[in-house]
Amino acid sequence: MENEVMSNRKVIVFQLGNEEYAVSVLQVGSIERMIPITRVPQTANFVKGVINLRGVVTPIIDLRLRFGMEESAFNESTRIIIVYVDDMEVGLIVDAANDVIDIPESEIEPAPEVIGSVDADYIEGVAKLETRLLILLDLQSVLTEDEIHELKSVEG
Amino acid sequence: MDTTEYLGVFIDESNEHLEVLYNQLLVLEKKPQDKSIVEEIFRAAHTLKGMSATMGYNDLANLTHKLENVFDAIKEGNVVVNAEVIDILFDAVDHLNAMVEHISTGGDGSRNVEQIVDQLKRIETDEAVTISSTSKTSTIEKKKQYLHEVDEFELTILKESADRGYTNFEITVTLREDCLLKGARVFMVFEVLEKMGEIIKSEPSVNQLEEEEFDQSFTVLFISEHSKAYIASSINKVSEIEKVDVCPFSVTAYEENLEKSKELRNQEKETTKDITDGTKNQTKTATHKTVRVNIERLDILMNLFEELVVDRGRLEQLAVDLEHADLQETVEHMSRVSNDLQNIILTMRMVPIEQVFNRFPRMIRQLARDLQKNVDIEIIGAETELDRTVIDEIGDPLVHLIRNAIDHGIEKPEERLTKGKQEKGTIKLEAYHSGNHVFIEIKDDGVGINKEKVLSKALKKGIITENQAELLTDQQVFELIMASGFSTADTVSDISGRGVGLDVVKNTIESLGGRIQIDAKQNQGSTFSIQLPLTLSIISVLLIELQQEKYAIPLSSIIETAIIHRDDIMHAHNTKVIDFRGKVVPLSFLNDIFEVPTTDEEDPYLSVVIVKKGEKLTGLIVDSFIGQQEVVLKSLGNYLSNTFAISGATILGDGEVALIIDSNSLIK
Repeated sequence: MENEVMSNRKVIVFQLGNEEYAVSVLQVGSIERMIPITRVPQTANFVKGVINLRGVVTPIIDLRLRFGMEESAFNESTRIIIVYVDDMEVGLIVDAANDVIDIPESEIEPAPEVIGSVDADYIEGVAKLETRLLILLDLQSVLTEDEIHELKSVEG
Repeated sequence: MDTTEYLGVFIDESNEHLEVLYNQLLVLEKKPQDKSIVEEIFRAAHTLKGMSATMGYNDLANLTHKLENVFDAIKEGNVVVNAEVIDILFDAVDHLNAMVEHISTGGDGSRNVEQIVDQLKRIETDEAVTISSTSKTSTIEKKKQYLHEVDEFELTILKESADRGYTNFEITVTLREDCLLKGARVFMVFEVLEKMGEIIKSEPSVNQLEEEEFDQSFTVLFISEHSKAYIASSINKVSEIEKVDVCPFSVTAYEENLEKSKELRNQEKETTKDITDGTKNQTKTATHKTVRVNIERLDILMNLFEELVVDRGRLEQLAVDLEHADLQETVEHMSRVSNDLQNIILTMRMVPIEQVFNRFPRMIRQLARDLQKNVDIEIIGAETELDRTVIDEIGDPLVHLIRNAIDHGIEKPEERLTKGKQEKGTIKLEAYHSGNHVFIEIKDDGVGINKEKVLSKALKKGIITENQAELLTDQQVFELIMASGFSTADTVSDISGRGVGLDVVKNTIESLGGRIQIDAKQNQGSTFSIQLPLTLSIISVLLIELQQEKYAIPLSSIIETAIIHRDDIMHAHNTKVIDFRGKVVPLSFLNDIFEVPTTDEEDPYLSVVIVKKGEKLTGLIVDSFIGQQEVVLKSLGNYLSNTFAISGATILGDGEVALIIDSNSLIK
């Protein structure tokens, strides 16, 4: 019994478009409502800028743009999820963040090859829970600098 | 008595007292007659004795007691202070230091001190001749002190000018409180004055004025043939001046006053010798009385406070919207209080670099003695403030560099003489703020660095290849000595020369986000220049607007601001330039560089901020100036560490983030 409890993974679930994504709670610092963002010039297009998060200047990236989705206007349900990866602290803009759930490790499968295009190496796996399909993100790859440089050079 | 909970406080305070002992002993060595120094040492020793006895460290208390006896004897005039005595005293303090260190690492502070106790006893009982010259020297010093404000030379000039029909004036100029570039205004006032006559003296000094180290007003002594009214009106033509007071200055009246105050002071301070140094030291120690606070708590305090500021901004907005007079008044008051609070919190983290510099004179003295060299140290800018965290880290690298300078840099006295240099070598330690950085320079007038030797060694050790060697500039060659596995000294000495040191120094400095540069001239000396970022320190910036976005430009890199007409822009080789005071200055359009979303409104007038990088100037075109402000420099976070032309960010009073422009990277 205990083993089963241990092998659960607590995640925060958020939405981008119609899809549901998940990141481990251990990496999440807080979830914030939209606050004014100061644009930082000459950065990748998905870097929205920086915010004042209780006295700490925190960079913000728009996950929609980062994943190559269409940009959408921010609304009441838009949230910023503050995540910690290595020594970086970054805010992710998502359409909505509404759930904390336990996923049994056994339910996590590697990302299906079909969507395994070049862009998708930030997907750690998928988890099927009853009718929901959660995409587990590998935040490290979402935030790695290489990725940014790559994108920068593509943009020219 | 269970004393464990006081242990931390005991160690901290002991170290503080030991530092006082060390420093004051150094001063005493130079001025053995000064009783006020002895008294200060005595006080420190006495407190230390009391504390260690309470804590039950008997050896420590015992030795301090002996030390105290010696100082008492010196105070009474029974012991003459000479080099030998000072050496023994230093030894004793070294022992104390070792004991305290032992305690702080969990020991009981016991140590064999018999020998040193013996030596101390010997000094104490050695009833030597009392010092007879004391009274004489002190009176001379006193006389000088009172003439300090206007020295005799200046008085003579003033007297002569009066004889020749010129008038002496004392002019006090007060700048407006919102004056942006005080230094520039002062310069303009001086320019006006110099056209009309001669400036004899200014208070504060010209240097301080240039550095803007004054409040709103300054005073000059001025000789002119023009009338009082003419002078006043001429100065008033300079803008941003609040008030000009021109009063005739009478030399005789001044001298009379001087005489009076001299008498007064003589009565008051008959016992204290060498007033300048005495009072200075006293005020210094007074400001060092502190409460120790964990730096993490300060961080938390600052962050909490900033949240408060955000809420304050909202409250202000609400008060305006509701148009409730009482509420507005309360909020306004709260804003003022929190502004003061902000200033206090920000300055709490800043510590003068003095703390680090203070230990060097003693170290250099000891080292020079060990190596039989004659070395003097000159410290400039010890009051330069740095963030606490940087201060804690920078000590060891500096020690290393100074050791190197003494060991490898400064030659032995005979060698110096044959080279036609002064027998005594000098190490100059200088700290200053510039831009977003603090610079620390260690300069010696020793042998410098032998470029050929460095190159051949680097080749031999395989640090560089032949091809690379040809392309290196002098500075790059010098920097090779900081590569790991490099040592230029032919023999390895205790002090330095193992070649592990300098690369550690380099790494430490780089881990603090700083840089180190080396410059050297054969037989003239070398300079190690360390550049450190002012992490979390407060800088003065000019806030500007690009459309709706706010940016900050560090005031230290700004020469001046101007408004120009579009027609003034000239084209030189595809670059837009302006003629600025006879110089051709290229322009950078920040709106374009920062890709600011623009609404296309073409104002015929442009606001320009002229910035400098070394000798080079560039004009940054902005939309409007907001004003000067003191801000906290914050990093953009590791994720965005390499953003072009942005050196960091700051949080404005309303909680908004403004980016700080790194003007250096905008100048080619």
